[in-house]
Amino acid sequence: MTRQDFEIIAQWIAPQSRVLDLGCGNGDLLRHLQQAQQIHGYGVEIADDRVLACVKQGINVIQRDLEAGLAEFTNHSFDYVVLSQTLQAVHQTEAILQEILRVGKTGIVAFPNFGYWKNRWQILRGRMPVSEDLPYQWYDTPNVHLCTMHDFEQLCVRLNIRIRECAVMTRGKRIHWLRNFSGSLAMYRIERLT
Amino acid sequence: MSHATPDNLVCPQTAHFSAPLELQSGGTLPDWDLVYETHGTLNADASNAILVCHALSGNHHIAGYHHPQDKKPGWWDNMIGVGKPIDTRKFFVVGVNNLGGCHGSTGPSSINPATGKAWGAQFPMVTVIDWTHAQAQLADRLGIRQFAAIIGGSLGGMQALQWSITYPDRLRHCLVIAAAPYLTAQNIAFNDVARQAILTDPDFHDGNYYAFGSTPRRGLRLARMLGHITYLSDDAMGSKFGRVLRHGSFAYHHEVEFEIESYLRYQGDKFAETFDANTYLLMTKALDYFDPAQHAESLAAALGPARASFLVISFTTDWRFAPERSREIVRALLDNGRDVSYAEIESTHGHDAFLMPHAHYHALIRAYMDRINL
Repeated sequence: MTRQDFEIIAQWIAPQSRVLDLGCGNGDLLRHLQQAQQIHGYGVEIADDRVLACVKQGINVIQRDLEAGLAEFTNHSFDYVVLSQTLQAVHQTEAILQEILRVGKTGIVAFPNFGYWKNRWQILRGRMPVSEDLPYQWYDTPNVHLCTMHDFEQLCVRLNIRIRECAVMTRGKRIHWLRNFSGSLAMYRIERLT
Repeated sequence: MSHATPDNLVCPQTAHFSAPLELQSGGTLPDWDLVYETHGTLNADASNAILVCHALSGNHHIAGYHHPQDKKPGWWDNMIGVGKPIDTRKFFVVGVNNLGGCHGSTGPSSINPATGKAWGAQFPMVTVIDWTHAQAQLADRLGIRQFAAIIGGSLGGMQALQWSITYPDRLRHCLVIAAAPYLTAQNIAFNDVARQAILTDPDFHDGNYYAFGSTPRRGLRLARMLGHITYLSDDAMGSKFGRVLRHGSFAYHHEVEFEIESYLRYQGDKFAETFDANTYLLMTKALDYFDPAQHAESLAAALGPARASFLVISFTTDWRFAPERSREIVRALLDNGRDVSYAEIESTHGHDAFLMPHAHYHALIRAYMDRINL
C-alpha cells in the first residue's frame, strides 16, 4: 500500500531528478520515488538499523547527524531535498531549513500540524496531544519542535523562504478547508526567495 | 574459534609475468611474480569475481588455512568464507600479495635477475597505481574482465579507490573501508619515524642486509610498535591494558613493567621475525605517495572517471584515517553523482576495527554483497 503523503511528494517531483531525503528511515520514500519518477536518490540517516535497512533495499544512504548540517553536499547539487516528518524532531530548525535550500533547488517539508483540532482539543482538556501523526506520549517522544501551519509559514517569511505549494492531509485524505484546524499532516514545497 | 578443516584449506599460487612492468617511479620490473589465493568458484561468465586488497602488513592470505596445522587463518577470515559476509558460495574471491611484498610476490627480498642477488635497495619504488596495473594483469590471466567488487581496508581501501579511477570499467562495486583520499602531514610524519627507525638501524646496511646475513630487527620492531599505537584508540588501549603492571609493583628499571609495554614489544618482535624491512619502507612510501587528486583540480575531478557504485565505511575511534577522511571521499563521489552509501561504525577499536568481527559492520557488508547482481 502506498502512503498518501508519498503520492503527493511524487507528484511534486519531476521525473529523473536528483532527490535527497533527510531522515530517510528505511528508504521507503526514495524507493517509491525511484519507481514512480525514476529519480536518482540519496538518503541521510543517523540510526544504524535504518542505514542497514537502506543498504538492504539498495537505497543510497549517507550516515550523518542532520543537526550537524550537510557538509558533504555541495550547493544546489540536488533538484529536491525532502524533510518528511522529521522537522519536528530537529533541534536546529532554522539551520536545517537553510541547509535544505542551500543543497536543494526546491525543498519539500512535511510535518504533523500541531494546529489540528484533535491536538487543540486535548490541550483544552488539559492533556498533551496524542493523534494520528503525533503518536507519541510526551515522556517518550523524539519530537522537540512542534508547530502549527501558521507558525511554519511565519518562519518561512522570516527566513526568506517562498512557499510554492501546500498540501494538507488527515488520515490519508486531502483537506481543502480550514486546513490549520482540520489537517493532521502539513506538506510544503518551498524555494529560496531571491 | 575456527580451525583448519579439509574445506577451508587453500593453496596459494604464483603467476609469473615475463613482460616488463613500467612503474610510476620511472623504474621497470623486467619480470615479476604475483602470489595469490582464491576462494570459491569463478562462474561461467566470470561475473562473480571479487578482488580483496590488503593493507600495509597484509598479504594474499585472506581467509582459510594454508596447512592443516596452521593455528591462525588468513587475515580476513571473519569476513570471507562460506556463509560469511563475503560469501564464497556466491563469489570467487581473489587475494593478491602486492608487488614489493615479502610473501611471495616480487619484492626487495626477491632475486634480481640482472645480478643474481636480492634486489635490496635496488628494488624500484612501487605505488598504488602500479599495484592496480599488476593486479589487472593477474585478472586478465584469471579470465576476469570485470570484478563484481573490489574491496579493501586502509591501504587496501586506497587501492580499491584507485581501481575505480584507473580501470573504471573493470569493477561494478567498490568498497572503501577505513581509508583516506591521501595522507595528512601527521600520517606521513608517523610513517617517516617508522622509516627512520629502520634506515638508521646499523643492521640495515643501506637496504642490502640480505648480503650480510642480518636483518634490521630493532628498527623494524620499533616501526611496528609505533604503527601499532596508531592502529588502536586511546580508549581501546586503556580498557585493554590500562596501567596494569606485569609484576604488581614498580621495579624501577627499563625492562617491561606495564602490560602495554609487554604487548607492544611482543607485537614488534613477532613482526620483525616475519616481515621484510625493505617491504615495510616501500609500503609506507606507497601510502605517502597515494593522492589521486595530485594532478587534478580536486578529488571530485580525480574521481570523475569512476563508474562503480561505492560503499564507504569508517570507524568512530579511528584516528589514523578518521571518519572525516572517508567523508571527503563521499563528498567527491556525491559531486560526481555516483551511487554511494556511507556508514560510520561505532567501535572502540580504532583503525584496527576494520579487521574485527563487529556485528553491524558485518551486517552492512553482507547486505551490500547480497544485492550485487551477477
